[in-house]
Amino acid sequence: MAKRMNLKPFYWGLGVLALAGGGWIWSALNRGGPKMFAEPVPTGEAAAAAGFAGYMLGSDSAPVEVNEYADFQCPACARFWLLAFRDAEERLIRTGRVRWRFHDRPLDGSHAFARMAAHAAACAGEQGRFWPMHDELFANQAAWSAERNPERTFRQYAERIGLDLKAYDGCMSTGRYRARIQAEAEAADNLGITSTPTLVIGRMRISGALAYDQLKSLIDSVSAQSAPR
Amino acid sequence: MVIATLALVGFFVALYLWLWKLGLVGSLACGPGGGCETVQTSPHAEFLGLPVALYGVAGYAALLAVSVAGLHPRWAERREPAWLLVLLSLIGLGFTAYLTYLEAFVIHAWCRWCLVSAGLIAAIFVTALSELVSRRTPAPRAGR
Repeated sequence: MAKRMNLKPFYWGLGVLALAGGGWIWSALNRGGPKMFAEPVPTGEAAAAAGFAGYMLGSDSAPVEVNEYADFQCPACARFWLLAFRDAEERLIRTGRVRWRFHDRPLDGSHAFARMAAHAAACAGEQGRFWPMHDELFANQAAWSAERNPERTFRQYAERIGLDLKAYDGCMSTGRYRARIQAEAEAADNLGITSTPTLVIGRMRISGALAYDQLKSLIDSVSAQSAPR
Repeated sequence: MVIATLALVGFFVALYLWLWKLGLVGSLACGPGGGCETVQTSPHAEFLGLPVALYGVAGYAALLAVSVAGLHPRWAERREPAWLLVLLSLIGLGFTAYLTYLEAFVIHAWCRWCLVSAGLIAAIFVTALSELVSRRTPAPRAGR
């Protein structure tokens, strides 16, 4: 029965199916990934997302506020995290002396995954877990920086710090915070902050990976100025 | 024809999973449940040092090639392609059964795309078998 059947329609059908499958694979290759996070955000969107005051850690009533501008992929930022921030968190922030604000200042160019990392942290922040993700990202920076696409590694961190992965996946795939990260970068630009890490403590602005002792003496000097006499 | 169509669909499913394994596809479109990543990152997602999905890509490509070739007039009367399809899909089915067993009892997570592939290979096997049986009967030989 099938012997003399005209096979042309079948070949055409198979060809169309192959094209559809190819298109699907192609779109999957271009969905998400470093590319999506590196793409520029429309100016209007970024402007609408402006006004974010950074991720806050510490008490509202702390006498000194430190604003940190950092890039998750910058080695100096990771060094600062290791040498100073962790101690500062324990001795100054948790004790109510300092209130810390972290601002995204992704340095594009050499840091291809900076925005993706900032976005992963924002998605963790959505679930109230920004700081654990911030720690994971800096602690493992050397590992994920060397990857071709660290998206999956970030997801492992998300799992490790106990995020709801379904919500995290949804957040990452929609790129919900791309505009806010862009707005943060522009705001830092407007302040003239072009290198990371940069700390703004009172009226002082310091760039570079300070050690804990240096950071503490700066904070001491600021709190001495502001202390009521 | 049915086999060729199913094999082409299976080929793309396996290709997608393999590309993901290579890190070229960001996140798996897995739908609610999200067992895909659990399954795909488990140590069982590799077999003899190669990703399981790569065997799928190769297997479906072979099924596709044999089924399309089998439709060619030169082969349409012969039973070798039908035998080969049954043999190939039986190997695929056995491998899939093993993987599905791993999902159910070892990894304890379900990967939707793997289940789609399992359904496809089962359907291919059934079709190939019925094709073989129908070619065995002398009716087509009468050449009407």
